[in-house]
Amino acid sequence: MVTIRPVQATDLTAISALDARLTGVAKPDYWQDMLAPGRHFLVAETEEGALAGFIAGEIRAWEFGQPPAGWVFAIQIDPMLRLKGVGSRLFEALVARFKAEGVTRVRTLVDRKDHLILSFFRAQGMVAGPSLQLDKDLS
Amino acid sequence: MKLQTATRLGLYAVLELARDPGRTLSSADLAERYGVSSHHLAKVLRTLSVAGLVRGGRGASGGYRFTGNRRRITLMDIVALFEPAPGSRAEEPGEHTEIGAALQRVLTEVDEIAEATLSSISLETMLKGK
Repeated sequence: MVTIRPVQATDLTAISALDARLTGVAKPDYWQDMLAPGRHFLVAETEEGALAGFIAGEIRAWEFGQPPAGWVFAIQIDPMLRLKGVGSRLFEALVARFKAEGVTRVRTLVDRKDHLILSFFRAQGMVAGPSLQLDKDLS
Repeated sequence: MKLQTATRLGLYAVLELARDPGRTLSSADLAERYGVSSHHLAKVLRTLSVAGLVRGGRGASGGYRFTGNRRRITLMDIVALFEPAPGSRAEEPGEHTEIGAALQRVLTEVDEIAEATLSSISLETMLKGK
């Protein structure tokens, strides 16, 4: 069983380490910036006080012409604790916060080759959104 | 997106059987429910059986039941049994030209998005209907 709670500055080392382990890229400054006011940054903690996972997001309005919506920027779960509902608990907690602030939609961007995370968001009931992300190589 | 008939029948059969893994349905039962050819469906069920997704089907009225993992199997797993694998298609006439190659890049982009979508939807997610 895990507890979901808002992040504390003391969680950042464990968050950065988990993210670096899963993505291969350490980005402590990015996670530090995620503590900014207005962001929703939640952690799942085991009964022993270890980090089980985290989720980060924010409500954004009128970027790309889109009305206010909650955006999920990142979610990571300790691989040893996957398939136990930790991700779903974090997602539901973030969505509850978005709803409490009055938005009625939640969005995210996903690497289309990352079928694991795509499947997770699909299982939460998410479907293709109204926007298409476009990209160009500038090198 | 246009699916071959066998692919559509495969998806119907697997999803219907996975809805209640304890239930047994014959190809005739499934054909009647979806208004499709029982003969064609019987062939599709044999393919699904070889793939280990369903089991049964002995005799004309033999029933099938789902034997896969609803949380692990995605729509793409079923589609891949009946549609050509991505990248295995033969080169189309004109594809070697500049316009042909540009058109192919667009079609590949569409295929990649379709594959990502099908690969991300498990039978469990589909049947939850969230």
